[in-house]
Amino acid sequence: MPALITNDTTRYGWAAIVLHWLIAAIFIGQFVLGFVMMRVSSQRTAFELIQLHKSLGFLLLGLVILRIAWRLGNAVPALPRSVASLERRIAPLVHFALYVFQLALPLSGWALVSVSMLEIPSVPFNLFVMPDLPLAESDTAESFWISAHWYLAYAGIGLVALHIAAALRHHFWLKDVVLTRMITPSSNHEAE
Amino acid sequence: MYARILGFAAIAVCLAIPVFAAVALSDAAGSYTISPAASSIRFSIGKAGGGGLDGAFARFKGSIRIDNSDVGRSRVNITIFPESVGTGQSRVDAFLRSDAVFDAANNPEIQFRSTSVKRIGDTTALITGRLTARGKTFPEKFTAELGGLKSGRIRFHVTGKVLRSRYGMDVGTPIYSNVVNFDMTLTGKRS
Repeated sequence: MPALITNDTTRYGWAAIVLHWLIAAIFIGQFVLGFVMMRVSSQRTAFELIQLHKSLGFLLLGLVILRIAWRLGNAVPALPRSVASLERRIAPLVHFALYVFQLALPLSGWALVSVSMLEIPSVPFNLFVMPDLPLAESDTAESFWISAHWYLAYAGIGLVALHIAAALRHHFWLKDVVLTRMITPSSNHEAE
Repeated sequence: MYARILGFAAIAVCLAIPVFAAVALSDAAGSYTISPAASSIRFSIGKAGGGGLDGAFARFKGSIRIDNSDVGRSRVNITIFPESVGTGQSRVDAFLRSDAVFDAANNPEIQFRSTSVKRIGDTTALITGRLTARGKTFPEKFTAELGGLKSGRIRFHVTGKVLRSRYGMDVGTPIYSNVVNFDMTLTGKRS
């Protein structure tokens, strides 16, 4: 069974699969939460949702660092032979961009709370105090990081939508294993 | 030389002790109106990782009555207008005024009505009373230290701790402490 934990050149192992879906759920959940928390009328609810958003953001950052380390230390499954050469070249770029957004979003959020004049401590899940990044506090810096976080969020979710559309295209149109091999390691990866 | 030092010491002692000994009950007795211009009501809430949130109320009113024969029958009433809260950060002020904390629109007053005053030292007293905020009333204790009495003006330094959760203001705990530390300087003008 341990063999199914790690990747090999033909399939993803459980570790990569679990990290993928966990991060996917948190990433999309964070987008929805971020959207809602900025629009609720109750200031109390807004405060609590923002603290939850921060907690999940730090969890996301930790998982993404783990995921990148796992990715660098593991084999990368090859694309099915049926995948066209243009996609073969574009897919890794999109995947690289997805990693960039996974890192940049929590980091920009961390920067945002670090430079805020409100000085609200970050206490992920009320467990421990996460120190601020060593950045100077100012209203100008806060506005900058709010904008950066906002643009990254919308661009990131756009890229996620593209990634989902591509996965669905592979599954329903091209009928290859690109989606299913990210669901279980035991898929018939040598199909096609 | 020793005689001079002793002399200075004696003068110092005479100056120090009689300040309050001189504020005999009979001198201090009377009714006072709190002068907001010469008073302040500050608060501080500790936060995770150190530091805290400091603020003050700009508008309040109140009265102090010191009983002539029995300190225990003295009374203190204070009304604070939470709309006037200030922390130096307008976003924090708006948050505190909102229904997340004071709900100042629906609860424009925070009231303290003393129920007992007990002398606990030469110049200090323990004031127990009923604090009402956001429609909830609980007994609270404050320590008042006499700071001076001069030409019809009496000054107290008042400190106390209040648990905000009891008044439906627990938002932000445990990132921000549940304990609100009050630090007030109250100056009363004889009325």
